[in-house]
Amino acid sequence: MTDAPILKLQGVTKTFPGVIANDNVSFAVGEGEIHALLGENGAGKSTLVKMIYGVQKPDSGEMTFRGKPYAPARPFDARAEGVGMVFQHFSLFETLTVHENIALGLSKAEAARGDLRRRIIDVSAAYGLKVDPARLVGTLSVGERQRVEIVRCLLTGPKLLIMDEPTSVLTPQEVGVLFQTLRRLASEGCSILYISHKLEEIRSLCDRATVLRGGRVVGSCDPGQETTRSLAEMMIGATLNTPRREPVEPGAIRLQVAELSLTSDEQFGVDLENVSFNVRAGEILGVAGVAGNGQTELMEALIGERTLRFPRQIQLDGVPIGHEGPKARRSRGMCFAPEERLGHASVPGMSLWENTLLSAGASNDLAPGGIISIANASRFAGEIVGALNVKTASVRSAARSLSGGNLQKFIMGREILQNPKVLIASQPTWGVDAGAAAAIHRVLLELAKSGAAVLIISQDLDELFTISTRISVIAGGHLFASQPTEELTVETLGLAMGGRSKEIRAAREAAHV
Amino acid sequence: MFKLVPRREPNAPMLYATPFIAVALTLIAGFGLFTILGKDPVQAMGLIFIKPLASYNSLAELLVKGAPLILIGVGLSIGFRAGVWNIGAEGQFTIGAICGGSVALGFYPGGGFWLLPLMALAGALGGMAWAAIPALLRTKFHANEILVSLMLTYVATLLLGFLVHGALRDPDGFNFPESRLFQDDALLPKLLPGSRANIGFLVALFAAAAAYVYLERLMLGFQARVLGQAPRAARFAGYSERRIVWSSFMISGGLAGLAGLFEAAGPVGQLVPSLPVGYGFTAIIVAFLGRLHPVGVVFAGMLMALTYIGGETAQIEMSLPSATTGVFQGMLLFFLLASDVLVNFRIVRAGKPLAPASAPAAARLTPAA
Repeated sequence: MTDAPILKLQGVTKTFPGVIANDNVSFAVGEGEIHALLGENGAGKSTLVKMIYGVQKPDSGEMTFRGKPYAPARPFDARAEGVGMVFQHFSLFETLTVHENIALGLSKAEAARGDLRRRIIDVSAAYGLKVDPARLVGTLSVGERQRVEIVRCLLTGPKLLIMDEPTSVLTPQEVGVLFQTLRRLASEGCSILYISHKLEEIRSLCDRATVLRGGRVVGSCDPGQETTRSLAEMMIGATLNTPRREPVEPGAIRLQVAELSLTSDEQFGVDLENVSFNVRAGEILGVAGVAGNGQTELMEALIGERTLRFPRQIQLDGVPIGHEGPKARRSRGMCFAPEERLGHASVPGMSLWENTLLSAGASNDLAPGGIISIANASRFAGEIVGALNVKTASVRSAARSLSGGNLQKFIMGREILQNPKVLIASQPTWGVDAGAAAAIHRVLLELAKSGAAVLIISQDLDELFTISTRISVIAGGHLFASQPTEELTVETLGLAMGGRSKEIRAAREAAHV
Repeated sequence: MFKLVPRREPNAPMLYATPFIAVALTLIAGFGLFTILGKDPVQAMGLIFIKPLASYNSLAELLVKGAPLILIGVGLSIGFRAGVWNIGAEGQFTIGAICGGSVALGFYPGGGFWLLPLMALAGALGGMAWAAIPALLRTKFHANEILVSLMLTYVATLLLGFLVHGALRDPDGFNFPESRLFQDDALLPKLLPGSRANIGFLVALFAAAAAYVYLERLMLGFQARVLGQAPRAARFAGYSERRIVWSSFMISGGLAGLAGLFEAAGPVGQLVPSLPVGYGFTAIIVAFLGRLHPVGVVFAGMLMALTYIGGETAQIEMSLPSATTGVFQGMLLFFLLASDVLVNFRIVRAGKPLAPASAPAAARLTPAA
């Protein structure tokens, strides 16, 4: 690592109507440095890297890259200068092969340079990113898809690689492999701008961190010298109050799922096989697993978006409800918070008060007799906004106008404030900052304490260890038996999430032959 | 050069401005068109857009043409909001006229105060029955309702022709393919004395008001909007797609059927093969021009009625081709859809430096290097 910065930002400001996304931001990334951008949701991290990658343009301020003024008009220019970016959400076509996907993402000149297939194999071998160019992307795991994205970036020989929340979809073991690759790249002189709010990772990986809050740089540090707590407090600008799980005496079984099998509707979906578990009153059952291992299908079955053939496959307080739809299940006291916030848990173009009607419309005074009460719905939306400190202009704002974390808080609040007997939430704090995540965890714990049964499907192991009474792992549509959280380690879970799922698949294939 | 940049959020003012932009562009294109045709564009525009507003009779005609457009347009906009594409309102209009008209003819020459409500009921039920076919095929077999409803329009037209040539033909009509003229009790009461304007227009306004309440205040309408905007959220909420598809088709089919009966029992006064004149298709333009909002549909319906009447006036007075009306309506929809891009995108000059501070800075640095 040398001292000469490869990328330097000076006084960069970007405003959107009504919001200052970045206010006079200055920082520098050294050559071969792994530099973390740390901040809560809405702190301006994404806007900042979008400007560096040429997706958006700063209103004022200067950027220099490798000593020259740098103002990319579009991502193509950024790539030409040697800036690559791996987005949080992959832009890959499932029905095309790895090779085709990579060819699509490259410019004509880049794609025409030599035998692309050969180069893919070379690059992936050189950096330990094993991918087979001939495989269909749809058949790849999420971790493998990320490798495809990284390989695509590396083919252009970047001097700076931007990674946006790269580990949110990986098993702990996959994270280890990714970090090796990143360290290797850094040692070869490629700088890395790393965005994450997983503080532990930043501590172990990054050389420097720039902390953003409310669009401004509030500090920079050597994360290795800090504790996760001090980093979190720097990020939120307040003392962090992490919730603690108190041992609770589990009550009677509230939610029981037995021998639940389901064939996926999606071409590259995962079939559920014989999933059985139960959640007692006062318990939080965590379901760990890498994305795309049957969580979506399990959620569909639990919500009732897909009804089951046998009512007894799902029982609530001993009543068989497997055949019932979402409305009937809600009227029995179940609440659901699916992973996808926009378009699934909420209607993007509708206001917050209208969005309360989606899941709370039938069960209380929001729409008595099928007639919408705007006053009551607005009041309920206001209660949610107040209880979870949702940052929004008003309850008349469209769901889509909220930042991801704030919308997530709103949706979690909408479900929790209905005082459910059973709450099922997928990724309850995904993309939510540390302060808000703590708030959501606290209400989840309180809900369980008050006698509700809570099921949390999450890829965030820290989260599961913080709040779950028991943890189970879903892999390849198979759910492992749960164990008390105290008896588990990240490593054992990681093995079940990644390693054992392959064994299951192999065993299943052998059984079918 | 210009390029389109996506907006972060749909621009609300633009949403309401685009219908006016579309009208303005249509006027400009109309000017060009008439100039090329060698007609005086100012005179033509005056005939099409101003003259119909200047006399009692043509104002009354505006209501005659506007009523079916609004009635159908309101029903279609409810379906379109839910993502249910009923393109066959013209056929439901025709069947409505047949069913309601048959009731009148069945009681001929008798009648009473009850006859007209009964005819209206039969007309609405007829439209619903015709709309039930695409609804059933979509919910049972996932058949595309656009194709099914559109094709059924032609079946309905042929059915009307078959009936007025046969079963419903006026026995005293010298074998002309027409039904009897309806008895007095079967004719719609007049709204304006001495004109053809009838109470159908009031019913249309009432339908628009009811549609507003349905969409904005009732859970049923809310469910339809959720299904149209975010089908997955509708599944999450547990809304039945089947029920929403059916209710959308029943509402739009019923209103189209009612409009058909009003046309037969109003300005026409009998069943004739030429009864369907395209209101069912024009109402699609009306629905979109009115932003799928009941209030907007009322204004859009009146505007479309204006182009009908103005087009006819221009035909007569300036011997313009009869396609004039169609061309104007087509241009209106075309420009509306084109300017709709502005709702979700904004136009910027490509290549223009958007970072005012960084651009001069670069210029300062370059000579020094």
